[in-house]
Amino acid sequence: MITPVLIAQLCIVGFVFFMLLNSAAVMVYVERKVAAKIQQRMGPWLVGYRGALQPLADIVKLMFKEELRPAAADGVLFALAPVISATAAFTAFSVVPFGAETTFFGLLDRPVPLQVADVNVAVLVVFAVTSMGVYGIVLAGWSSNSKYSLLGALRSSAQMISYELSYGLALASVLVLAGSMSLRDIVNAQAGAWFHVIPRWYLFLQPLGFFIYMTAGVAETNRAPFDFPEAEQELVAGYHTEYSSMSFAMFFMAEYINMVTVSAVATDLFLGGWHGPFLPEYLGWIWFLLKVSFLLFFYVWMRWTLPRYRYDQLMQFGWKVLLPLSVLNLLLTAAGVLYFGV
Amino acid sequence: MAYNLILFYAFGAVAVAATVLVIAQSNPVYSVLLLIASFMALAGLYVLLDAPFVAVTQIIVYAGAIMVLFLFVVMLLNVPREEAVAGEIEAHESGSARAFGTLLTILMGVELAWALGSATRLGGRFAGGQRATAWTVREIGRILFTSYAFAFEATSVLILIAMIGAIALAGRHLAEKKPSPISHPQSPITAGSDKWPG
Repeated sequence: MITPVLIAQLCIVGFVFFMLLNSAAVMVYVERKVAAKIQQRMGPWLVGYRGALQPLADIVKLMFKEELRPAAADGVLFALAPVISATAAFTAFSVVPFGAETTFFGLLDRPVPLQVADVNVAVLVVFAVTSMGVYGIVLAGWSSNSKYSLLGALRSSAQMISYELSYGLALASVLVLAGSMSLRDIVNAQAGAWFHVIPRWYLFLQPLGFFIYMTAGVAETNRAPFDFPEAEQELVAGYHTEYSSMSFAMFFMAEYINMVTVSAVATDLFLGGWHGPFLPEYLGWIWFLLKVSFLLFFYVWMRWTLPRYRYDQLMQFGWKVLLPLSVLNLLLTAAGVLYFGV
Repeated sequence: MAYNLILFYAFGAVAVAATVLVIAQSNPVYSVLLLIASFMALAGLYVLLDAPFVAVTQIIVYAGAIMVLFLFVVMLLNVPREEAVAGEIEAHESGSARAFGTLLTILMGVELAWALGSATRLGGRFAGGQRATAWTVREIGRILFTSYAFAFEATSVLILIAMIGAIALAGRHLAEKKPSPISHPQSPITAGSDKWPG
């Protein structure tokens, strides 16, 4: 039963897991360095070349911290919550394709797609798994038995549930355009260029959809300017106030991995995935990596540039601006597809 | 395939065990979580039946949307653990209630036996192929908007009525009592959040 194709697929699974784990570490470093640049500081400097080994030092520090638990906390759920968050974060990436089909330079007798699982409802799987991540946050807040945690959890889950609607509708308009729910099909529909100049990305057909998706994505991942669960001035650290050591690290990692997933899905949906000029198709993953890196940099850039919204402004914006806009976008897209028969 | 059979029994065992534990729990938050586990196992069974769309819908709608609301209600109301003593229940029971309960149990048993019996009959009828391709998203959408258009529209109107009813009931509730200075009347979630556990 053990065929070269199976081994290749297992290698891809291991590779994706390894890369996601490391992306969190790399993102912490990038975040601190970019923040430092924006605030005219040096940032991490002493550990390794220009502080490049700082994430490693952070991990060692977190591992050796004491694992604290409030006496009145619900033990089982307190331990389970970070696991749910981290699992949901890792699982969401499993359906995201990051490169064209390849035989690894002829090593395999049939090409394998560069992704963990090619599901024909991939877009919905991403959506479903993201919505499971809410449980990690809600349970963390509730089981900690602390007012800051509970308020942080309530805020962030209310925020995630509200923005999930716009997020889903932005996804739906791309689905209507592509006529498929498989992320691989959607990426392949964006191959080539109009007039040999403009890449055939859905970004140009769906500028509003891209804006809605990215805004909702920032809110979904609880990042600044929508980082209410971590509104330090009022809530200490929100839902993970009572967490320490590695269980805190799991929440932290989940946040960064979710960012990577949102950026990767945005790349696949709007930016043409691994399609790009100058590079042959088997090197397409370089384009994918570049696009995802740009979006991640954008995330960090935004966090250190924009001030935090007020909580009621966030809810108003979500329900009264973003949701009507996304419904309008979906209607316009559907009308356009009907009229032009794309 | 043997893998499918193993997975079927694994998912089935999780679904049954979780569902039984839902009613065996004294803590309502655990009950909600176990129900989610049961829904997840059902989604796994749908995947085994070549219906990934139904599986994902199951997770999004039931495990994702509906159970989050359940969890919120349970958490915000801060329902205490049910510490019912067996003798206490017995004291409250009357003879007619017991007879009614027995009748319901018998009916349920008969219904279950009938359902299982017809399931094996249907299983025999549908065993031969042609199920895998029948449930693509496109096909489900087409059937929903042609053959079942009336049921679909009627259900959506029903849900709309329920939503308006819920808003009307909750709105009257808010108007009766004065809102506290902390809570924002715009968002129902912050309005109730001054009750935390402990």
